[in-house]
Amino acid sequence: MSPMTAQIAEKVEAAPRRRSIGEVVLTVDDLQTVFYTRAGMVRAVDRVSFALKAGETLAIVGESGCGKSITALSLLRLIPDPPGRIVGGKVVLEGTDLLSLSEPAMRKVRGNRVSMIFQEPMTSLNPVLTVGRQISQALMMHQGMSKAAAMERAVEMLRLVKVPEPAQRVKEYPHQLSGGMRQRVMIAMALSCNPRVLIADEPTTALDVTIQAQILDLILELQNQLGTAVILITHDLGVVAETAQRVIVMYAGRKVEEATVEELFARPLHPYTRGLMASIPRLGLMRNQTVETGRLQEIPGMVPPLFDLPAGCAYAPRCALADDRCRAEYPPFEEKRDAHWAACWHAGE
Amino acid sequence: MASYLVKRLLLMLLTLFGMSVLIFVMLRLVPGNIADIVFEAAGMIDDADKAQIEAELGLDQPIIVQYLQWIGGLVQGDLGFSYVSEKPTIEEIGPRIPITAKLALMALIFSIVLGLPLGVISAVRQNTKLDYALRVISLSGLSLPSFWLALLILMFCVQYFGTIPIYTRPPDTLWDELLLYSIPAAAVGFRSSALIMRLTRSSMLEVLRQDYIRTARAMGASNTSVNYYHALKNAVLPVTTIIGIEAAFLIGGLIVTETVFNIPGVARFLVEAILWRDYPIVQNLVMFIALVVVVVNFLVDLLYVVLDPRIKYAD
Ligand SMILES: Nc1ncnc2c1ncn2[C@@H]1O[C@H](COP(=O)(O)OP(=O)(O)OP(=O)(O)O)[C@@H](O)[C@H]1O
Ligand SMILES: [Mg+2]
Repeated sequence: MSPMTAQIAEKVEAAPRRRSIGEVVLTVDDLQTVFYTRAGMVRAVDRVSFALKAGETLAIVGESGCGKSITALSLLRLIPDPPGRIVGGKVVLEGTDLLSLSEPAMRKVRGNRVSMIFQEPMTSLNPVLTVGRQISQALMMHQGMSKAAAMERAVEMLRLVKVPEPAQRVKEYPHQLSGGMRQRVMIAMALSCNPRVLIADEPTTALDVTIQAQILDLILELQNQLGTAVILITHDLGVVAETAQRVIVMYAGRKVEEATVEELFARPLHPYTRGLMASIPRLGLMRNQTVETGRLQEIPGMVPPLFDLPAGCAYAPRCALADDRCRAEYPPFEEKRDAHWAACWHAGE
Repeated sequence: MASYLVKRLLLMLLTLFGMSVLIFVMLRLVPGNIADIVFEAAGMIDDADKAQIEAELGLDQPIIVQYLQWIGGLVQGDLGFSYVSEKPTIEEIGPRIPITAKLALMALIFSIVLGLPLGVISAVRQNTKLDYALRVISLSGLSLPSFWLALLILMFCVQYFGTIPIYTRPPDTLWDELLLYSIPAAAVGFRSSALIMRLTRSSMLEVLRQDYIRTARAMGASNTSVNYYHALKNAVLPVTTIIGIEAAFLIGGLIVTETVFNIPGVARFLVEAILWRDYPIVQNLVMFIALVVVVVNFLVDLLYVVLDPRIKYAD
């Protein structure tokens, strides 16, 4: 185990684990989303499957462009069409396949039973509507609340996400709030209808380090309180270590590894996962401590263009272990150890 | 805000002053004055008579004196007398203003009511047949001069309905008035509506790409709510400026349209006054129009504060 991995393992130990994990609420089965571009068809999400339980935090990690956001947007059917389209799979929320719902029925799911918060708090709120208006919209739409009741609830929600002086803030516009406050507003909005699933797409990437920790804590605290299942998208393994129970590692649109957090950090099987761990920046920055991480080890090479993937393993061109078989045949996604899956011919070597 | 208002008011006064000099000088650069034209019409020139007329009207004075006399009267509310009818200018202009004002207002409303929603539809249906059709229509709207359009409408109505509501005497009821003005107003407003449509379309396309639109969709907002509430509220901001500017352009369009449809408003009257070199009418009317334009632009700027919470006119 490298010193870096050891540090993460410590974090995993230290992180408060949520114990109240319940039934499966969401299953994603062979999800396939493609984009039709001039260069060719891009398989942004290629046969991704996973299950999510109530109260659980599932992390999706991977380098930029590997399909994390597109996976999330596909769950809500928010892929811009054209150029994109969900071409296969199932997304089952508590027994209903979301991909077969009519558009009006799907609208009743968005923001109500499944919500999403985005990376950019500065641009994700409507600049000409007050914060209160934006939070109360969903409440009026989904819960049939009157304007006054929804506004009252918006104040409550802001109090819940620890925005100071909530009664004042509901009347303010986004530009009057700091980035951290806006992200709190986003969280308040996303949780206002008490959804079963909250998708957080890099919710802290755009924020200051100190604010990042606060926002993550807030999400976890509310998750505990409300029993929401969380899909946390990030490329920060430090964040994963502190928050998630399970981790999915994605590469070039595909799932390449899945395991519990403890297992993944203790025994990463896929060379790509190990590469990611070796290239974690600012590892100590997560909680107050500033550990010198020394030289970063970047994974050599780049993610291949998704419209032009090699025949075999997509990671082979960058992989030190790659041999002829890796380049010729895509490795199956298999359970290599107990509850630990990976797609690699050389898993664990 | 208070000091902004003061600054703005001073700027408006300055603009009006500049406008007064401009119109005054330009009128006198145009060859001939009323005396020349009267004699030309009569087919003979009597130099003594001409000098006498010019003296009576004060046209023999140095230009700077004439200007000061005009401005001096203006600030005291004395607009002088029409050279042609010899009635007080105010009596000539006054009754015609409401007619043109109603026409302009109707044209403006027409252009907004048509331009905004069509612009939104065009953006939402980007690159569909409907979008192409709307873009062709708006392009033709921009390239058709309003008098030509007015003539087309006139000929079309006469050809197919055998008649067209035309101004013969002041309308009795509001309904008659609406009926009478709607066609000329549409002819004038069409150009503005085309401009508003194009601008709304591009502004909407820009806004629809924004993150907060994705947020609205992710919260379950319907297409209608996304397009007409979340997006349009943002997209309308740049369009407001154009609406303000178009309000000024409308008056230009009205000059010909009033002529074509034989409507006794100020716009047509202005052209007649220019032909007669009826300086008091032209000068005061142009100043009045300039005042309206300046005030409308000011109101549009104030409207910004209402529409866009990010804008504050700080000092
Ligand atoms: N509008 C689009 N048109 C064409 N291809 C797209 C489009 N949006 C996404 N893609 C493709 O989908 C891939 C996955 O994009 P996605 O946004 O999911 O990446 P990501 O993992 O979220 O990366 P990041 O960490 O940068 O957010 C991209 O590499 C790109 O090739
Ligand atoms: Mg992303």
